[in-house]
Amino acid sequence: MSESTEVNARIAEVVGGNDVVLFMKGTPLFPQCGFSSRAVQILEHLGVEFATVDVLRDPEIRDGIKAYSDWPTIPQLYVKGEFVGGSDIMLEMYEAGELDQFLDEKGVPRAAS
Amino acid sequence: MPMDASEIEAMIRSALPDASVEITDLAGDGDHYAARVVSAAFAGMPRVRQHQLVYAALGGRMGGALHALQLTTATPD
Repeated sequence: MSESTEVNARIAEVVGGNDVVLFMKGTPLFPQCGFSSRAVQILEHLGVEFATVDVLRDPEIRDGIKAYSDWPTIPQLYVKGEFVGGSDIMLEMYEAGELDQFLDEKGVPRAAS
Repeated sequence: MPMDASEIEAMIRSALPDASVEITDLAGDGDHYAARVVSAAFAGMPRVRQHQLVYAALGGRMGGALHALQLTTATPD
């Protein structure tokens, strides 16, 4: 397997194995970038459980995810294997009530708020 | 290397000639911009595709020369 195929397989495994996964810089507790921090806040506000991948700890994923999603920046949100977007799209969708609706449509459970 | 707002606007317009493009320099440092792009080309596209069109217009500078571009896309009313 070539290196990029290997990275793609690792990414596919993470994306397929988690209902909601955020590729971000840092961790939810210690985000290392304002955009990643904003993405975490939105998901927490929606009461959704999510996995995270800290791309700063994994340079292969950091480069690989950009090619995988055809998306130039971090953070990146995947829901049920589908690429949703970065923090701008998350905020736009959140403010329009569309992210909430999207999670419902995808059958993602939410904590009662 | 920071990019000029007019350069960003020109690149977006060359790919989306009908687009209205509003660029705001958020921090005044030529490195953190917000862009609002309105184009009929976005009609019927999911947001991800709309943003991908704009990123493609910027030819790989996004995430490189251009660190932060807060992007909003819309279709004309």
